[in-house]
Amino acid sequence: MELFDLPLIWAFIIGFGIIMYVLMDGFDLGVGILFPFAPNEEARDTMMNTVAPVWDGNETWLVLGGAGLLAAFPMVYSIFLPALYIGVFLLLAGLIFRGVAFEFRFKARTSRYLWNWAFAGGSTVASFAQGAVVGAYIQGFETANGVYVGGALDWLTPFTVLTGLGMLAGYALLGSTWLILKTDGRLQDWAYRITLPLLAAVLVIFGIISVWTPFVDDLVRERWFSNLSVIWILPALTLLCAFQIFRSVRKRSEGLPFVATMGLFVTTYLGLVVSRWPYVVPPDYTLWQAASAYESQLFLLLGLLFVIPIILCYTAWAYWVFRGKVRAGEGYH
Amino acid sequence: MELDPLILSRIQFAFVVSFHAIFPVFTIGLASYIAVLEGLAFKTENPVWTKLSGFWTKVFAVVFGMGVVSGIVMSFQFGTNWSNFAQASANFLGPILSYEVLTAFFLEAGFLGVLLFGRDKVPAGLHLFAAIMVATGTFISAFWILSANSWMQTPAGFELREGVFHVTSWSEAIFNPSFPYRFMHMALASFLTGSFVVAGVSAWYILRGREVEANKKALSMCLWLLLFIAPAQAVVGDFHGLSTLEHQPTKVAAMEGNWETSSHVPLLLFAIPSKEKQENLFEIGIPSLASLILTHSWDGVVPGLKDVPVEEQPPVAIVFWSFRVMVGLGVLMILFAVTGLVLRAGGRYYQSRWFLQGLRFMSLSPFFAVLSGWFVTELGRAPWLVYGIMDQASAVTPSLTGGMALFTLIGYIVVYALVFTAGVYYLMRVLYVGLEDRHDEDEHEAERPMRPFSATHVPFEIEDEDGLENTAKQGGH
Repeated sequence: MELFDLPLIWAFIIGFGIIMYVLMDGFDLGVGILFPFAPNEEARDTMMNTVAPVWDGNETWLVLGGAGLLAAFPMVYSIFLPALYIGVFLLLAGLIFRGVAFEFRFKARTSRYLWNWAFAGGSTVASFAQGAVVGAYIQGFETANGVYVGGALDWLTPFTVLTGLGMLAGYALLGSTWLILKTDGRLQDWAYRITLPLLAAVLVIFGIISVWTPFVDDLVRERWFSNLSVIWILPALTLLCAFQIFRSVRKRSEGLPFVATMGLFVTTYLGLVVSRWPYVVPPDYTLWQAASAYESQLFLLLGLLFVIPIILCYTAWAYWVFRGKVRAGEGYH
Repeated sequence: MELDPLILSRIQFAFVVSFHAIFPVFTIGLASYIAVLEGLAFKTENPVWTKLSGFWTKVFAVVFGMGVVSGIVMSFQFGTNWSNFAQASANFLGPILSYEVLTAFFLEAGFLGVLLFGRDKVPAGLHLFAAIMVATGTFISAFWILSANSWMQTPAGFELREGVFHVTSWSEAIFNPSFPYRFMHMALASFLTGSFVVAGVSAWYILRGREVEANKKALSMCLWLLLFIAPAQAVVGDFHGLSTLEHQPTKVAAMEGNWETSSHVPLLLFAIPSKEKQENLFEIGIPSLASLILTHSWDGVVPGLKDVPVEEQPPVAIVFWSFRVMVGLGVLMILFAVTGLVLRAGGRYYQSRWFLQGLRFMSLSPFFAVLSGWFVTELGRAPWLVYGIMDQASAVTPSLTGGMALFTLIGYIVVYALVFTAGVYYLMRVLYVGLEDRHDEDEHEAERPMRPFSATHVPFEIEDEDGLENTAKQGGH
């Protein structure tokens, strides 16, 4: 009677939501990470203006992801959140501070420096926490009977610190290439200058993570060194994207660095997915074991199929409306 | 000292949910008020309505923003602190809460932007339509949240298999027995909150002689509305109570401070309930009145707390007193509504200073009433989380330690204290700047992004105090 493999459909939906979130909130978090290093206050105004129209739409994907996980894969929700308890708090606190800083910085005069710190600090903490979540996922969770039984700080290991730093560097790269696309003049020059060092940092950290990951878990090692050699195309594509970033920055192309950085993220993400597929709570539970009841997945899917296209259209429209360069003195004060 | 993760998680949830609840309860009522103002502006083309609507939309934007920020935390609480509950109830709560998020998305994506920034950019009819859709959207959001909460109070339409709830009937689960009453009660509470805040702020402006004509109109509208909904809330509350008596008798027993099941139960006005001694240490009551209210007959039987073992009794004193605070404030609201009608003769409602001063203070009363009402219903359910089926102790995250829970509890208190001090302070600035036109902002600013707070053009810090006073005076004439 079960017509469709709903857990599989839901895995695609949630997987799509995650990469949408990473790409879109990634660049605006990246702008926050780069904020303290900006050449001057005027540049900071412009930087914030480039992401102000879209950032909260970007973050709504996170909320939908949280609620969607509870509905479709409750086991993921009820194992990840306890296991990452402290990290989740840091993530939320970081997002709240930077969200509020967005609102108030434009209205503040003398207290502006405080909101600068809230924005940069919140963005950095939230990005690091997200990277650590990815690392913890690769690491796997200590469970018994579908319940997390590990300690409060099991997620904090040298490996997850490295993935956290990797996420920081990656988001900063998304941020700097976004600024190349959206700004001009001195600010754009600065963004060009920092992009290649950031790319180098990303490659070094991602490289160490890639070499380290197979040693974290046997299954991952098997996956990559068995006969499924077609998946090696993914890291090859990642390197190709990295080369494109390098070349396009040297040629001072404006759009390509950002597009290539997104490509780098997508291929890395797919590489991660194939490493662990079909385990959503490694090392023990697959997406079918973690799924909620058939009728529950179906009930929500009906509403989602109606709303997701509308959200996508609205998102595309918002980006279209705010296309083009953002210059100093434009936007709000 | 041993830190109990259960107690700390309960405190944390109570803290974040109480903090969150005060924002939507206001925005739901305010959204409807704005829709009405937009309707009047559309129909009469009287600029006063446009002015009022513009001002209250600014207030709405700030409060809505704070509601969204505090709501993000809520969607993760079930997983971090109540993971066993999340795992067990996800088949129902997951889709229901996701539908709430989708509704909010839908709202944010479409109509909120048009309402906040579209007045001069879209046709008037479309702007009105957006206002109505935003108001409707807030109710749909409340619908899902209250359905989820009501299901935990009076679970229905499910079957329990291996400790996990499976939905057997979506309609029975969504429209569970306590849901209609809770939804009505909360909808009226939102209207009461909106009305009393608008009335209180309008009264304050009138007292200061600012934009008196517009604020008089606003105050008059609110007083008419209150005249109907304040008494209506008492009636709906009574029905809600009768439904609770049927499905959660122990909660009613705690609300009444009644220990023994008996007839001719007095309505206690004052009492010191002691769970330890299983009796009231002291009580003053009106004989047989509780029996009359709850069963509509003088000798009706009212359930007592002792019907269930001590460990299944809720914390009686808090429930008992929260209930009295809520009812007391409700009575006060009715008195103010009736006084408003009496003072209407000769237009004294906007001239009598004591009445206006009283309304200023009453603008806070709905928030206290709503919170104490939620204390009654949530604590009155204790020790159950899903009434009669899953208790709080078995719902809490197994791996959670007292230290972890304490860390995040303190963390959330610090974050909320900082963020919401700034938010409430800024809201006060918006109210202080008021309805008067100010032309010192950049015109193109409004063309930029569609975010709630950018609908307001009020600087964060107090500056140019004199200029403000001047506009205030001009506005008064």
